[in-house]
Amino acid sequence: MKAILTVIGKDNVGIIAGVSNELSELEINILDVSQTIMDGYFTMMMMLDLNTTTKAFDEIKEQLSKKGADLEVKVSIQREEIFNSMHKL
Amino acid sequence: METKQILETIRMIEEEKLDIRTITMGISLLDCIDSDGEKARAKIYKKITTYAEKLVETGEQIESEFGIPIINKRISVTPIAIIAGASADKDYVAFAKTLDESAEKVGVNFIGGFSALVEKGYTKGDAILINSIPEALAQTERVCGSVNIGSTRTGINMDAVRDMGEVIKKTAELTADTQGLGCAKLVVFANAVEDNPFMAGAFHGVGEADCVINVGVSGPGVVKRAIEKVKGESFDKVAEMVKQTAFKITRMGELVGQEASKRLGVPFGIVDLSLAPTPSVGDSVAHVLEEMGLETVGTHGTTAALALLNDAVKKGGVMACGHVGGLSGAFIPVSEDIGMIEAVNNGSLNLEKLEAMTAICSVGLDMIAIPGDTPATTIAAMIADEAAIGVINNKTTAVRLIPAKGTKVGDMVEFGGLLGTAPVMRVNKNSSAEFIARGGRIPAPIHSFKN
Repeated sequence: MKAILTVIGKDNVGIIAGVSNELSELEINILDVSQTIMDGYFTMMMMLDLNTTTKAFDEIKEQLSKKGADLEVKVSIQREEIFNSMHKL
Repeated sequence: METKQILETIRMIEEEKLDIRTITMGISLLDCIDSDGEKARAKIYKKITTYAEKLVETGEQIESEFGIPIINKRISVTPIAIIAGASADKDYVAFAKTLDESAEKVGVNFIGGFSALVEKGYTKGDAILINSIPEALAQTERVCGSVNIGSTRTGINMDAVRDMGEVIKKTAELTADTQGLGCAKLVVFANAVEDNPFMAGAFHGVGEADCVINVGVSGPGVVKRAIEKVKGESFDKVAEMVKQTAFKITRMGELVGQEASKRLGVPFGIVDLSLAPTPSVGDSVAHVLEEMGLETVGTHGTTAALALLNDAVKKGGVMACGHVGGLSGAFIPVSEDIGMIEAVNNGSLNLEKLEAMTAICSVGLDMIAIPGDTPATTIAAMIADEAAIGVINNKTTAVRLIPAKGTKVGDMVEFGGLLGTAPVMRVNKNSSAEFIARGGRIPAPIHSFKN
C-alpha cells in the first residue's frame, strides 16, 4: 500500500530530519520527496511505501501527527488512491 | 504524481469542506415477512443488525485511511408497508420501534424505510402504515418515513395527498416539544426513486438486490470556490468549471463506494451526485447561486442559475462513475443552508419562488417551517402542487414541511445538528379545503404513455 504524506507549517530547522527519522523508526520507506516554500509556508510531500511496516494505519497516523505537533507543523497521511482517483480516469 | 494535484485535493477537503455525505446500506426485508408481527420484527432486527454490523466501523476506517470525511452512515430498508402488510397488526408503531432499536445497535443515526408507495392506491398495509406515521415518528429517534403519492405513470393519488396533510399536522402536534422534529423525518414524494441514499426519503426499493451500498457525495463549497475563479466570465465558462469540479467530487464518491463495497462484501449500487448543503458556513448551495452574480438567492435569475448548476453537476459526474442514481442534482433545503436562511430572513426568498426552483432542483419544498396553525388542507394542497410539478415534468419532487405548533411567521424553529434552523415562512391564507376534499386521482399526464 502506498500513501502520501503531507507536511505543512511554518518553516523551521529540523522538520525534514524529524519526519524522516520518525518514518524510519516506523519502518516505512520513502519513495519520493518534494519540498518547497509556498507563501512562506513549508510544504513537503512524500510518497511512502507502507508494505515494509508492521504497524496499523491508525497507529502510524497518530504517531506522525504527534511528531508533527512536536515540530509545530501539520502532518497528514492519506492513501494514494484518493489523489489518483480524483484527477485520473 | 503532481504536487499541485495533491495540494488541490487536500485544500478541497480541508478548506472547502468536500465530504462524502453518506454511505447508505440498503437492506431488503422481503424475506422477513411473516403473518405473525412479532416474528417478523424479530427477523427484521436480526437481519439489519447482522448485515450492518460493520457498517459504521468500515466507514470510519475508510475515512481515516483516505482522509476524507464521511459524515453519515445510514441504513435504508424495504418499505415497511409491504413487509408489515402480511401481519395481522392493527398499527405498525412496533415495527418502527424495531427499526429504531436495530439502528441504535449498529450505531447509525438514521434508518429510512417506514414508507408506503400509494401512487395508484392503498393496500391494507399502506393504510395502516400511514395512520401509524405520527406515533411512529414521535416515539422513535432514528426512524425516517416517506410516502410516494404520485408518479408520471399513475398520476396523483389525491386521497393520499389529503391524508398526508393530516399526517403532517398530527406529527407536528405529537412532536411539539421538539418543535415538530417528527416532520423533519417525513417526506412526501412524487416519482420517488428506489436507490436514494439521502434521508429522510431513503428506502430500499423492491427492485433492488438483497443488500447494496449507495453513496451520496456533496461539495457546495468546492463548487463555489471553482466559480469564484471565473468571476465576470460567460456562462459557458461557469458551466465548464462546474462540470470539471463535479467530476472530481464524484470520483471521490466512486472510490469510497467501491472501497466500502469491497470491505463489507456487499455489491456497490450507485453514486448520488448531489450538492447537499449543511448549516455551516462554506457549505451552502445558495452561496453557489449567489456566486454566479445574484445579490441574494431568491431574486430574479435564481431559477436559471439553479438550472445551470443542476445540469452541469450531472454532466460532470456521469463520466466519473459507473452507475449514477438516486436524486442527483442540487438540494435546496431551507433550514440546512445558511444562505437560504439569510435569504428568507431578508425577504428575498418566499415559498412561491422556492416552488418555481423545485421544478429544476433535485428534490422540492424541503425542510421548510410554516406557521403552526396552517390547516391540513393547505399542507395537502402544497403537496399536490409539488407532486404536479414532478408528475408533469417526469422528475422526482418531495415535500418536507414543518408546521411547528404555536409558531408564526418570523419565528425560528431550531433542530440543531445537520437539520439546522428554519425561519417560519408565510403561507397563502386562502383556503384550499374544497379542492382537497374532492379526493380521487388526478390522471397520469399524456406523455406517460411511452411504450
